[in-house]
Amino acid sequence: MKHWLASTALALALALPAVPAAAADYTPDPNAKPGGAITVTYKDDVATLDPAIGYDWQNWSMIKALFDRLMDYVPGTTELRPGLAESYDVSPDGTVFTFHLHHGVKFTNGRELTAEDVKYSLDRVTNPKTQSPGAGFFSSIKGYEEVAAGKADSLAGVTVVDPYTVKIELSHPDATILHVMALNFSSVVPKEAVDKWGTDFGHHPVGSGAFMMTDWTIGQHVILEKNPDYWRKGVPYLDKITFEIGQEPIVALLRLQKGEIDIPGDGIPPAKFTEVMKNPDEAKDVVKGQQLATTYVTMNVEMKPFDNVKVRQAVNMAINKDRIIQIINGRAVPANQPLPPEMPGYAKDYKGYAYDPAKAKDLLKEAGLADGFSTELYVMNTDPNPRIAQAIQQDLAQVGIKVAIKSLEQANVIAAGGTPKTAPMIWSGGMAWIADFPDPSDFYGPILGCAGAVQGGWNWSWYCNKELDAEAKAADAMTAPDQQQARNAKWAEIFTKIMADAPWVPIFNEERFTMKSPRMGGADALYVDPVSIPINYDYVYVKE
Amino acid sequence: MLAYLARRLVQAALILLGVAFVTFALLYILPADPVRQIAGRAATAQTVANIRHQLGLDQPFLVQFWRYLTHLLQGDMGRSYMQKTEVATLIAARMPATLLLMLGAIGCELALGLTMGVIAALKRGTGVDQGLMIVSFVGVSAPQFVVGLLLLYVFAVQLGWFPIGGYGSFRHLVLPSITLGILGAGWYSRMMRSSMIDVLRQDFIRTARAKGLARRRIILRHALPNAILPIIAMIGIDIGVFMGGIVVVESVYGWPGIGQLAFQAIQRVDIPIIMGVTLVSACAIVLGNLLADLIAPFIDPRIKLR
Amino acid sequence: MADTAGPEPIVASARPEGTLTRLMRRPLAVIGFVLIVVTVGAAVFAPWIAPFNPDDQMFDGLTLQGAPMPPGGKFLLGTDLLGRDLLSRILFGARTSLIIGLVANGAALTIGTVIGVTAGYFRGWLGAALMRFTDLMMAFPALLLAICLAAIFQPSLWIVAMVIAIVNWVQTARVLYTETTSLAEREFIAAEKTLGAGHIRILFRHILPHLVPMIIVWGTLGISTTVLLEATLSYLGVGVQPPTPSWGNIIFENQTYFQSAPWLVFFPGAAILLLALAFNLVGDALRDVLDPTQRGRD
Repeated sequence: MKHWLASTALALALALPAVPAAAADYTPDPNAKPGGAITVTYKDDVATLDPAIGYDWQNWSMIKALFDRLMDYVPGTTELRPGLAESYDVSPDGTVFTFHLHHGVKFTNGRELTAEDVKYSLDRVTNPKTQSPGAGFFSSIKGYEEVAAGKADSLAGVTVVDPYTVKIELSHPDATILHVMALNFSSVVPKEAVDKWGTDFGHHPVGSGAFMMTDWTIGQHVILEKNPDYWRKGVPYLDKITFEIGQEPIVALLRLQKGEIDIPGDGIPPAKFTEVMKNPDEAKDVVKGQQLATTYVTMNVEMKPFDNVKVRQAVNMAINKDRIIQIINGRAVPANQPLPPEMPGYAKDYKGYAYDPAKAKDLLKEAGLADGFSTELYVMNTDPNPRIAQAIQQDLAQVGIKVAIKSLEQANVIAAGGTPKTAPMIWSGGMAWIADFPDPSDFYGPILGCAGAVQGGWNWSWYCNKELDAEAKAADAMTAPDQQQARNAKWAEIFTKIMADAPWVPIFNEERFTMKSPRMGGADALYVDPVSIPINYDYVYVKE
Repeated sequence: MLAYLARRLVQAALILLGVAFVTFALLYILPADPVRQIAGRAATAQTVANIRHQLGLDQPFLVQFWRYLTHLLQGDMGRSYMQKTEVATLIAARMPATLLLMLGAIGCELALGLTMGVIAALKRGTGVDQGLMIVSFVGVSAPQFVVGLLLLYVFAVQLGWFPIGGYGSFRHLVLPSITLGILGAGWYSRMMRSSMIDVLRQDFIRTARAKGLARRRIILRHALPNAILPIIAMIGIDIGVFMGGIVVVESVYGWPGIGQLAFQAIQRVDIPIIMGVTLVSACAIVLGNLLADLIAPFIDPRIKLR
Repeated sequence: MADTAGPEPIVASARPEGTLTRLMRRPLAVIGFVLIVVTVGAAVFAPWIAPFNPDDQMFDGLTLQGAPMPPGGKFLLGTDLLGRDLLSRILFGARTSLIIGLVANGAALTIGTVIGVTAGYFRGWLGAALMRFTDLMMAFPALLLAICLAAIFQPSLWIVAMVIAIVNWVQTARVLYTETTSLAEREFIAAEKTLGAGHIRILFRHILPHLVPMIIVWGTLGISTTVLLEATLSYLGVGVQPPTPSWGNIIFENQTYFQSAPWLVFFPGAAILLLALAFNLVGDALRDVLDPTQRGRD
């Protein structure tokens, strides 16, 4: 393939040359030293460590540490770097990606990882029998439809060229595929271990990552230990990570203050937040970072009166976002568009709708609703969401909109959102959109595009704009590196257009505050890693 | 006796079947869709349909129930949708914590309830009696989550005597046990009081007194054992009462038992877990009641098994 | 759970006159009665005595960091996490508790009476079927059942009342069943039957009047259980919908702050406890007064 690329003049201009691994890599902390064990706590159980299935707060970073993927991110950033692939080529039309694997990478069972394993893992994650929640990410790979429909067992678009080369063909150009190859769902797993454990593979994970799981007592703890043969030299530093399960955030914080644990995985509990931040001794161990997430209110554009754009704009102006942020101890910044500020494609110059109840009233009058109207706001029933819903309710009451709150179990809210003409408004708190990968397209398709506006979809505003769908598709076809600037600009334009139609009220972008014990070392960015949530275990270390 | 036992066991099995059917039906008509929870937000309609088909959730209700039942009879409670683990494994992993909590609560009920009851009976009609009975009423009227939060605040946060929730040592067990047991302690103290008063009136106590035995000895050796008997029979019924309380108490203290498992499962429509926990609880309730009925004739010969 | 101290069979029918007088001679009952009157007063007159609108999220009700205000000063019992006056919310919350207490318990009592009396009077297959159904309900973990039901029907004030009624009628049915069975076997009922009296006549003229004292006792005690169950459901987030205040959901909404703002848990908690206690005290006294077999125990 490389040869063919080189022989094509056009290709040279468009295609990314094989990227050497060292170029985009990360300079390790010179002070880091190996050794030591840390303890991390979580309240909820770890469901599974199967990378094809795991999709929650607790297991996300554990899976990152246990497995490797073709692509990876520079620690602490959203910048792609090669992972298992030491380099890759792209065809001129952006539909064929060829990955060249590192030699000598071993699974922790001792066997070498080859291109066959990559193919097996991608076939497995897309196979409906695996029931992977991430299968949809791979839909641009050729042959996905057949596998998803159960007509084929293997992705036609993924071929093993030789033991160290794997070729992925797409059915249409997709700029996000490199990010997809860095997702947990793309983790490479050894077939023999999956066959051995079957559905229990998630409890006996075998990967090639920086750590390996050595013990798991359900409901109590999960222990990861250093993989001594890890292919990236020098990392990880830590010998052992113990995840203690079933710890209330408040207990975790107290234990941290006593020096018994190192990271409270669920963060600082709201009631203690001000107290911790006021105490300089403790505040110095808190790392603040951005999260690629937006929390919003959806308005169902298929339901009256939200089918009127003026009403939707009025709601946008009527909600006091600062007040809502006050309710969550100021741990967020107000949002004015769907994309979070750290995301490429964020429209920095866009100002959004300012808080202006008087103008909101005028708009309602223009819409023929001078006397306001009654509607419902669905909300998940865990704190602080019902409280935030009540703050929204009060704001909307100021402009004459009478809102009845429906505070339900998460599953019921999701069901109502995905059923046509059921939920006029939904507060997305607790179910907010957190980016799967740092690319603007992740904030469009499922939650604002026509594809998501179906029974059971996540586009709870049921906003479907065919023109924007076409523009989004065009943006995703821009795969060449020199097009990325233009692509991001395009996305910024798409989201600005969406805001003109105002199907959402973007409320805030949550900030992350990770607290660590004083003995933890490593750059702050590692503790608020935008990809390895909550922290990047591969690169942090203990000081003493 | 054996015939009675056999009949009761058949009844118990039928009741459990009924519980399984009703719960299954309730979960079937639940508006939330478990498949959406499993499939996640990136899922296409195709993925959702595939998962639904694989779990057999596209089958008619009775077919689904029949399948669940036949698996259950083979000892297979199914796999959790969200936790991807055998339900039996999950329940077994959390059962010890719940049993420990229940034991602690029974201990607390008996210790508090019996002591208060005996003292009240001996001090009958005095201010002490009245005071204790008010306390017992408070125990019966106190919402468990308020008691839990109150105990946490006073004894863990302010005084620091006990840990603020969690699981592991005896000190962790104390506050949750009291919280769960306080309701029963209220009832027991009242029952113990009247039971003790009845016993103290009986002839053999009068005889003992007439013989000049020490008051202390009479109470401990003669009156107490007879007064306690009716209460022992109630412990079986308590198990059913506890099944409701553990959801609240475990959630207040972060106790890793089946109550928390059930509550989390309900929030995420994890049907196999909800079914599993409901059936295990129902089993405990039915067996507890049966046990109470079986013990009763040994304690009070006037009661006959019917 | 209440059957552990359930009333023993009532033999003689009580005379309603004099009941109140005898009740008032008991200090505990008087305390309970006063508490109930106070709560009813708070509920009825809430709009006039509450210092603020219970749903008004006041700007000065929160500190700049978003923490609630402590008791004292402008807000007598402090504010909640949304800057609303806690006293006003507790006063209006009394309405929720009482409405649910009366409606849910009334419904539970009706279901329990109908099922218990029908099963006890007619016996046969109907009675057996009804009692097996009652056994079935007994075997349900009540709280889990209530949470599931609330999830299905999507909670509101009336739905919560209905859910509570569905899980709470069982005790009444069992007690009344036993009682009706023994009544139906008595000679005067047999005599009525031989005289050709219809079932309806016997039920309403002879059976039910005998059961009234017991229904009153169980009804009163049941309110206490109902108040607690409503609070618990609201505490678990599946109760009354916000912003309608309920003592349970006040605690649910504020418990994350309970270490730094314990008043947000203790005041509503005390309200729940006192109301449940009041109905228990009155119910217990009623039992003693209405049930001669219990007399002389105190």
